[in-house]
Amino acid sequence: MTSILSLSAEISLTVIIIVLLLADLILKEPNHKKLQGLACILMLIQLIVNIQPADAEAFGGMFRTTPMISVVKTILTAGTLIVFLQAGEWLKREDTRFKAGEFYILTLSTLLGMFFMISAGNFLLFYIGLELASIPLACLVALDKYRHHSAEAGAKYILNAMFSSAIMLYGLSMLYGTSGSMYFDDIASVITGTPLQVLAMVFFFAGLGFKLSLVPFHMWTPDTYQGAPTTVAAYLSVISKGAAAFALMSILIKVFAPMTAEWELLLCVIIVVTITVANLIAIRQSDLKRFMAYSSISQAGYIMLAVLAGTTQGMASLVYYVIIYIVANLAVFGVINLIEQHTDGKVERDDYNGLYKTNPKLSLIMTLALFSLAGIPPFAGFFSKFFVFAAAFNSGFYLVVFLALINTIISLYYYLLIVKAMYINPNDNPIGYFKSGTLSRIGLGICLAGVVALGIISCVYQFLNDTAIL
Amino acid sequence: MDIHILYYLIISTIMLFCGIYGFFTRKNLLALLISVELMLNATNINFAVFNRYLFPDALEGHFFTLFGIAIAAAETAVAIAIIINVYRNLKQILTDDITDLRG
Repeated sequence: MTSILSLSAEISLTVIIIVLLLADLILKEPNHKKLQGLACILMLIQLIVNIQPADAEAFGGMFRTTPMISVVKTILTAGTLIVFLQAGEWLKREDTRFKAGEFYILTLSTLLGMFFMISAGNFLLFYIGLELASIPLACLVALDKYRHHSAEAGAKYILNAMFSSAIMLYGLSMLYGTSGSMYFDDIASVITGTPLQVLAMVFFFAGLGFKLSLVPFHMWTPDTYQGAPTTVAAYLSVISKGAAAFALMSILIKVFAPMTAEWELLLCVIIVVTITVANLIAIRQSDLKRFMAYSSISQAGYIMLAVLAGTTQGMASLVYYVIIYIVANLAVFGVINLIEQHTDGKVERDDYNGLYKTNPKLSLIMTLALFSLAGIPPFAGFFSKFFVFAAAFNSGFYLVVFLALINTIISLYYYLLIVKAMYINPNDNPIGYFKSGTLSRIGLGICLAGVVALGIISCVYQFLNDTAIL
Repeated sequence: MDIHILYYLIISTIMLFCGIYGFFTRKNLLALLISVELMLNATNINFAVFNRYLFPDALEGHFFTLFGIAIAAAETAVAIAIIINVYRNLKQILTDDITDLRG
């Protein structure tokens, strides 16, 4: 099928953005509650309308979609819906209330950019999608205008984003100079792995490595996560990262196939360094948002293991990992966000001492999500890690898998530090009991169900494995 | 008389590395922005030159240049807005003094 209708997911998302823009103009202030309801309902519709996997291309191969890409888009939409459900507690604050509409519109713009990024069949469309995904994110990071942490985080994010995209573009220009085309298929059939093309690949990798916050390009991550509004940090850590990981895998395998030996070596080194460095620094963190930033860097390293595998099994395990990572990480960020908003900005680990006594439900959700992130067996995170390791192991990267396994044990230590703070550490003056909003509770409930059930329901991975094509 | 392609590429490479050098050494956020712009323009030159000299039949490189310019402008607009916001909050824009976030 070649028609404009193959962009149905993008078209419906654009319609949602326009509807929200108009609603923001028409509804009387304060309209944040109505906007949140409207945004959630529209995202639910988007999810249902586009759930059918499509296989099509448009614009002469510049835009293409396969069943796997459709599934990834559905996952990203669902993740964004959860973020919207959790956003209410932050947006009802006095100084952000009037910006609620902007939050939804900007978030959906980045989502649209990610859709184009993963569907691209041409580097021009890929680049436009990447920038559409990162420029509004900078605005989102700086959305808490009157808190200077937010502005500082935004400045760091946008400057690093521009720097890395400039490096990436330089790599793409070399690729264009040696191949004469920007279409993925044409480039793949022409390149042979000359030194200039290898350099182009490395430069290109830097661009996406920034979005994924792999270690040489991770400097912005902790500062941005700490300074950004918690909801935005949550979005940044899961949705943006998941889309970039998928795009990186499909491009490395499709376009840079003649240089497999080179990028496998590159990835091996980067994975080991990423996981190890992030884990070692994470132990020292006391600010939970900073801690989650380092945790997300190391999780990105695990996701890269699936890319390294380079097989259909790797593709399936990557998407599976992203699903589990979305629910687990959004649960943790959801709890952090609730506590931050209800206690006027408490995000230190010591603030969580004795949380179990006053807020047992939140503590339980946080604990299960952290167990899942650490990869403790009955929870989903164990299965996602297992599949990723299995995929890399089957492709013969024994040493990297072994080092990643050791790092899993290190990560268990620092995830359990938070659990210890909530359940064991004594505190005379713990955070008081509070009741969170209905939508936040629904969001956390979805995450909790995902963390507990997704690993046990084996048909999820089976479905991904059947859909996965390279 | 045509100028050899090499001269253009040397210029663009120098621009790129000036940009990288500036990005790592400058202290003023606006100077960082200028450095990045230099890098983006280096890539634009590359695309235009490759298209003009190596693949004159198609226009892909020129199109990439046009889109690159437009996107760089959008990025700059957002970056300057954020830098103004930083200035309003902190009353200065030197990187040495913007150090609230570290750990």
